[in-house]
Amino acid sequence: MQIKIDEDLIILGLKGKAKEEILSQMADKLFECGYVKDSYKSAVIAREKVFATGLPTASYGVAIPHTDIVHVNEPTICMARFDQAVDFVIMGEETETIPVKLAFMMAMKEQHAQLGVLQKLMAILQDQTALLYLAEEKNKSKIKAFMLDKLGIEEK
Amino acid sequence: MMDRQKIVLVACGTGIATSTVVGQKVETLLAANHVNAKVIQCKITEVGSYEDQADLLVTTTILSRAYKIPVVKAVNYLTNINPGKIDQEILDALK
Repeated sequence: MQIKIDEDLIILGLKGKAKEEILSQMADKLFECGYVKDSYKSAVIAREKVFATGLPTASYGVAIPHTDIVHVNEPTICMARFDQAVDFVIMGEETETIPVKLAFMMAMKEQHAQLGVLQKLMAILQDQTALLYLAEEKNKSKIKAFMLDKLGIEEK
Repeated sequence: MMDRQKIVLVACGTGIATSTVVGQKVETLLAANHVNAKVIQCKITEVGSYEDQADLLVTTTILSRAYKIPVVKAVNYLTNINPGKIDQEILDALK
């Protein structure tokens, strides 16, 4: 199944002080748009506590929260740019946090079909020009087009 | 005689996302260095069922317990911060 990029899942200026608030709003959006089951929200919040997803980049922290495939209907990625940086624990660390400004909440359906998209998403984290663009651009349809291009997804 | 094929476990929290990317990196690394090893991708919670046959665990998660096999943390494969160090740790562990 091909990953969809949906303009409704691009959230700019998301407000929240704690990561749970952020994750909750992103998961609600995925659920409202039908991409995930109602169980996704509690699962993704619980998983972030055990398996943190904050990643340092050269520009600012980026989080890639996700959870098990059973909670997903259709693969997609919800992108949120935060109103203010929110601390996330760094992936692979017990307690060390990083201020995160951007999150890609992944709703994944199967592993290998999405390898290419996942690799390209990780490449965005290493691309300072792309990170700067995603931190500044105000037009959601432009961001969507940018993401489709960067992730190598052709809309059908 | 051929060396026994080694087994490398690549694990993350869900077994579908970061371990997919890291697993690909490890496979490429092993092939480039002619290491006779295969990669098994799994959830970190599933490592116990493979641990006895495996030679190395490569993971992006925190470690909730001690393992019988060497462990290499590979988050930096995702961020591309000094990935050469992880390459070397993996190759050294499989010598």
